[in-house]
Amino acid sequence: MSTNYEDRQRGGYDSDDDGDRRPMGGRGGGRRMHRRRVCRFCIDKVDLIDFKDVRLLQNYLPERGKILPRRISGSCATHQRMLAEAIKRARNIALLPYTTD
Amino acid sequence: METKRQYEVVFIVDPTADDEVSKLTENFTQIVTDQGGVVTKAETMGKRQLAYEILHHKDGTFVLLEIEGSGREIAELERRMRVNDRILRYITVRVDEDRRRAEKLKNRRARKAAKRPSQGGGGHSRRGAAMEFADAGE
Repeated sequence: MSTNYEDRQRGGYDSDDDGDRRPMGGRGGGRRMHRRRVCRFCIDKVDLIDFKDVRLLQNYLPERGKILPRRISGSCATHQRMLAEAIKRARNIALLPYTTD
Repeated sequence: METKRQYEVVFIVDPTADDEVSKLTENFTQIVTDQGGVVTKAETMGKRQLAYEILHHKDGTFVLLEIEGSGREIAELERRMRVNDRILRYITVRVDEDRRRAEKLKNRRARKAAKRPSQGGGGHSRRGAAMEFADAGE
């Protein structure tokens, strides 16, 4: 018991989703490699996201045309908000699609 | 005292009326000036494909105007654009507040950098950026 616990502790970030919820997942690796993502806008020190910058915005619009969620892109809350606003404006004037089939 | 507001207006002109683009731009500039505003920048972004069809058009000419004024000229400009059927779509965005905010953040960053000269190491600078951002969120 106790050894198992220690093992878990060493697991670090993945300790929150362990064996008891997904029996087939097994111990150790968890479900996926947990890579810490950092907001790219923060690194580049972006203060303003322009809705006319289609090239930039397209990176955050996967094939379906939906806005890429924060948990995937790793953007911080402030920048995700700016990004979402910019994408919505760009959609309004047909620079970006609302949907793609 | 009333501070001037800054706007960005982007409108899409019917591609079959391409030769009217400069005339329309001039026209709108005149309207803004008449209402007491100033057009600080007028730029044709060129013809490009629309992301979706608007009134059966697949492409259009995009024009950007930057306007400084009280807001009255925007009302008039939008009214005119709504009536004009050469204009497929327009959008007005007020930018002065966001720009001011960006300026403030930039200044704060500069001040922080000056106060704490670099101690070397990329790790430090990254942490600095994150902390700064936490401040900005308030």
